Amino acid sequence: MGIIDKLNKDFESRVRLGIMSILMVNKWVDFTEMKNLLNITDGNLASHSSALEKSEYIEVKKEFVGKKPKTSYQVTPRGRAAFKEHLSYLEKLMKS
Amino acid sequence: MNQKHQEDLAHIRSMMERSSRFISLSGLSGVFAGLSALIGGLYVYQLFKANGLEYFDGEHKLYSANLVSHLFITAVIVLICAFTFGLLFTIRKSKKYDLPIWTSATKKMLFNLAVPLLAGGIFCLALLYHEIYGLVAPATLIFYGLALINAEKYTFSDIKYLGFCELVLGFISLFYIGYGLVFWIIGFGILHILYGLIMFKKYK
Repeated sequence: MGIIDKLNKDFESRVRLGIMSILMVNKWVDFTEMKNLLNITDGNLASHSSALEKSEYIEVKKEFVGKKPKTSYQVTPRGRAAFKEHLSYLEKLMKS
Repeated sequence: MNQKHQEDLAHIRSMMERSSRFISLSGLSGVFAGLSALIGGLYVYQLFKANGLEYFDGEHKLYSANLVSHLFITAVIVLICAFTFGLLFTIRKSKKYDLPIWTSATKKMLFNLAVPLLAGGIFCLALLYHEIYGLVAPATLIFYGLALINAEKYTFSDIKYLGFCELVLGFISLFYIGYGLVFWIIGFGILHILYGLIMFKKYK
């Protein structure tokens, strides 16, 4: 199996890559901030984040601030490990 | 394929950076803040002269209430100018590069900047209260330097070099009391202009 086959399919999309990158260096990031940082629409973020949640790479927290619902994301240990692995393969590919 | 991976890596790097650091601050903000301080400082020097006070004669000076209020207004105007220019160029840069301004990184940066600045502000108010005017200039430089070093984690890390320069300048000025205006002009004027120009070239 070549290195290319080892690249995580879950991280193929730019949006997912972006979500993971942001969560690697920040603890909890809320929906609005994530959306603004990535410059994407609500629906786009919702679908990609739920895909990452399904793979157990991120944890989603829903809470109420006053009367407004607030969604925040955090990377899971599993997600952190998977992303690090993905990153090191990308870097290896660049070197070869 | 290779092209895509390279772009992926660049994307990862950029997302990590823009989400964890306040990078909208333009070098031009520094240049114009420095120019405001420089002009303000030179104006104050002229003000002393106009009031018959030779700044560099080394003698103990008594300032009239009128002069003190004049100095205070000058300081406030310099602060407003520096702040307005800072904000203006930050907004311009963030629009140009499509960077969100009010992020949690910005808030963290401002908090880390504000703690030493507020401490310094209170310290200086106490100095004024006790009429120890000579230590005000060194104290402002030292606390400002500490604030910049403290904010380093949440913005361009180069800012710590400016912080260290302000700190050292503050320490030197502790031993040359009575020349506060000169150190102020160097610290808040010239150093800001130099730093701004370097940053502007580096992150253009």
